[in-house]
Order: sequence, then structure tokens, then C-alpha cells
Amino acid sequence: MELHAKTLAELAAGLEGSDFTSLEVTRALLDRIAAHNEKLNAFVTVTADEALAAAARADQARAEGSGGALNGLPIIHKDIFCTRGVKTTCGSKMLENFISPYDATVVEKLQNAGAVVLGKSNMDEFAMGSSNETSYFGPVHNPWDLDCSPGGSSGGSSASVAARFAPAATATDTGGSIRQPAALTGTVGLKPTYGRVSRYGMIAFASSLDQAGVITRSAEDAAMMLGVMAGFDPRDSTSIDTPVPDYVAGLGESVKGLRIGIVRQHFDEGLDPDCAARVKDSIAVLESMGATTVEVDLPNIDMSVPTYYVVAPAECSSNLSRFDGVRFGYRAKNAEDLLDLYCRSRGEGFGDEVKRRIMTGTYVLSAGYYDAYYLKAQQVRQLIADDFKKAFADVDVIAGPTTPTPAFKLGDKVDDPITMYLNDIYTIGANLAGLPAISVPCGFVNDLPVGLHLVGPHFAEQTLLRTAHQYQQQTDFHRACPGDFK
Amino acid sequence: MSLDKDQVQHIAMLARLKLTDAEYAESVEKLSKIVDFVAQLSEADTEGVVPMAHPLDTAQRLRPDAVTETNERDRYQQNAPAVADGLYLVPKVIE
Repeated sequence: MELHAKTLAELAAGLEGSDFTSLEVTRALLDRIAAHNEKLNAFVTVTADEALAAAARADQARAEGSGGALNGLPIIHKDIFCTRGVKTTCGSKMLENFISPYDATVVEKLQNAGAVVLGKSNMDEFAMGSSNETSYFGPVHNPWDLDCSPGGSSGGSSASVAARFAPAATATDTGGSIRQPAALTGTVGLKPTYGRVSRYGMIAFASSLDQAGVITRSAEDAAMMLGVMAGFDPRDSTSIDTPVPDYVAGLGESVKGLRIGIVRQHFDEGLDPDCAARVKDSIAVLESMGATTVEVDLPNIDMSVPTYYVVAPAECSSNLSRFDGVRFGYRAKNAEDLLDLYCRSRGEGFGDEVKRRIMTGTYVLSAGYYDAYYLKAQQVRQLIADDFKKAFADVDVIAGPTTPTPAFKLGDKVDDPITMYLNDIYTIGANLAGLPAISVPCGFVNDLPVGLHLVGPHFAEQTLLRTAHQYQQQTDFHRACPGDFK
Repeated sequence: MSLDKDQVQHIAMLARLKLTDAEYAESVEKLSKIVDFVAQLSEADTEGVVPMAHPLDTAQRLRPDAVTETNERDRYQQNAPAVADGLYLVPKVIE
């Protein structure tokens, strides 16, 4: 097997057995990126020199018998994570030349574990988008069909992992932004429980929803990554102080007796019938392995997208007020006065979708509208969270589709925000309720991948990873490689 | 349209965003669609429901009010568009 085709776990075993060095792996992947990235536009920055230096250090550490859990293993960071000394753009003109003075906690932890960072992946601007088309640096293309979107906002991460540029990439999920791109590219996307992974140094979009996670090809790799990324961080005020289990150690446990909840609304007419068939097949596989299914009701789940499109823009309008053209970021030329400087720096520095969300948020928080929109949305959000809590009294996970359709064409949905927003209809509930969730490749429709979505109760990452891993022992959808990237 | 141009102009000013004429026209249309879409929230029965304050139903952690950061002004100002003598420069505010 060629180096680029190997998973994180397979590379780790090869490094351990001295079959190859980290420098060899890193060179192979950097060559691959140089040869193929033009087709995908998956990167904002490739950090070749830094990667080679890190790989050499990792090899040295291994020779000395030291090195962390991911020593010498190549990864990619979504360009939303601050990296000291390397540009962090968040997909925006506003931060086109921003060099963070510090590392995000996630970046620091992965670095301390010995991971080798190949570069920073392209993304929707400020993570606001579901197709990667809002990036200032242009859309990312889906390796399975270059005319299609790889999903968003973590589209550069999902496309990179699907194209075998790296076995793992960090990503973030505010309203489906890890799981939807994972589904559309045939990769595994894990969004942990809110507060499980530190948000420190992860550029904020909607702080009560944002959560860092990972895109990989196997659930085992996701477990390896999460084990390093998770944990309490005093620098993140909403980080949760609870022990991090050994996620990899728990993967072998069978799914016998696992209770799977099925939500009727998730299989309504909005879902492509072929996707529905693939998802049902995958649930049948889990049943054949000893899991049981039961129908569960989430009576308010239909309200999740409108709830999200009040709460998330409200928090975004507040978070993005920091971009003022004064302390960092883009600054308009020849401002007449301070107000003109603010308004023009923001008007020129932000793209259309970001401005739309800032204005939506400003509107729902403004005098006279706050109660009807923002307060109401936070009440409905509580109802949705309560529905999940009730459901998890009877089931261990909830299974369904990750997205209503396979990957759509670039340009198809960009003109209608509501159509685009509805792409996240199955994933947003987990963000609103702070729940962990995973998307796992479960088949193909017209040669495009489809994802199975599993949601668990708070801190049930172990259950999700184990279920996904056990499923992947019986199926090989995650081993399928896009034709142009073999 | 649930929003008109005057309202969008007001919102843009509150958000400190200067839009072009073309952007205004598009914003009126698209923001109206979004506002109409989220208006379905009014159909939900939320009588007596306490608005969510934290997705994990926990309280915000407190920390001692101690200085933990070192002064790194020079490094931070490397990202600033315009500085002089350690100060951020903006257009003249007081005549």
C-alpha cells in the first residue's frame, strides 16, 4: 500500500516498525499536495518547510525513544485555528495577512503529541457556509466530482482527507460544518460534545455552538485524534473539566445490545430516496451485528434550522464586532473619520454571506425584535435539547442521514440562502443541544458518497466511535478512493 | 418583502457595515427571506420555557481575578494596520 493510502493508525504502525520514516511520509504527501491540490484548492497555506522540520524532529525523537502519541504523523489544520508564525485567514479577506501571535490549544496539543502539520485548509469564510463557496480564496472542489462542492464549512479539510493529502485534518462544527463535508466526501467527521475540546485560539463564529473536531477516513483515526485534542483548558471559559477516556481502547467492544433510535422526521420527503436506502442499509448492518432499533420522537426538531439561524447569527454579529480595521485585519484606505473607517473596513473586508449573517444577527438582537426572535429561539432551543434528553433515556444513539442529498454542484445553491441552510437540517440539532455526533461513510449514490449520522448523549464520543468502528469492520466504504486520486 | 431598504440601512449602520447600492438591493431580498424563514419560530409553544443559557446545563466557571498574561504589546501590534510609538492609529476623532 502506498504511503498516502494509509490511515493514521497504519502510518503509526509503520513508523513504529521502522518500515519508513516520518520524513518519507511527509515528503510523499507534500509531493502529492503539490501535484494535485490545484484541482481541489483545498489549501490556503502549505507549510512544507515547517512540516519537513517537524518530521525530522519526530524521527529524531523516535530514534531517542521519545515522542508523543502522534509522533511523526501528518495532519492538516483548518485555517480557523490560530497558528503562531503561520497565516490564519479563516477564509476571509479580513484576515488575509493575519499571523497569530499564539497557537490555539488544539494546535499546541497536536504539536506536543508530535503531529506534523502539512498546511492550513481552505474553508467557508469565518466558517459561515455549507459549500465552501463563501471562501475569499475560492471554492474547494470535491475529489469525487470536481464540479461538486466538498461541503462546508470544513470543505478543505474534508477534500484533503478524501484525496489522501493527509489521513486526518482538524475541523470545526457550529451547525454541521464537520459532519456535512465528511458525508459529502466519504470521510468520517466527528463533532465532540460542546466543551469537550478547547475553543481557545479557534476563531469564534457562534460561541455557544462552536466545537472543534476532526475529519479522518476511519473511526479509529478519529479516536486517536480526539484522545489528543480533548481535555480541560482553563483558557476556554466553557471548557468542561471531565476525564478523557482512552477512546482507542474502547473501539473493540461489540455493538451487541446497542439501542439505536430512529427519528421518523429524518426520513420524510426532504430526504433523497437513494440516500435513505443507503442509510437504512447501514442501520440494518448494525442490527445484524446485534444492535436493536426503536423509533424515537423529537417533536421540535423541525424548528432546529430556524432556531439555529437566529442564535448563530446573533452570536456571530457579536463575535465579529472585534474586526474594526484598527487592531488587526483589513483596513479600508483613506477613511474620512473613525465611523467611516469601521464601516468601510468591515464592508470591504467581509464577504456577502458573512455580512448577511452579521445583519441577521444584528436584526434579531435589536430593540423591539429581541423577544420575538432571540429569546424565542433560545426557548425553542431548550425544547429541542429536552427532546433529545428524553430520547436518550431509551436509546444509546440516534441514527439517520447526515445530509438530505449527496454532494451538490458548485453554484447550485449559492443564490438562495434558505436552500443552502436546509442542507444542515439533520446535523444542526446536535449543535443546539451540545451533543456529540459523527458522520460515517455508508455507501454511494450515483458514485457520490453518502453519510450515516450518529448522535449520542453528552460525552458519549466513546459510544459513537465504537459504533462507527464496528460498522467499518463490516464495510469498506471508507476505503474507497476517488478515481482521480488513487 | 418583510424588510425594506430603510430597515436594512438601519441594520447595516448598527452593524457598522457600509454596503454598495447593489449589496443593499440584494440584502433587502435575502434578509427578508431569512427573516420570513425564522418567523416560523412564533408557531412553537414556549409558554413557561426558560431560555437556554448553556447547552450542557452547567454554570459558568469562575476564576481568580489575577493577572496571568504578560505584556506582549509589540508582538500583538505587528498585526495592526497602523501604529506609532506603541499606539494604534485611527482617523482624527477630536478637532
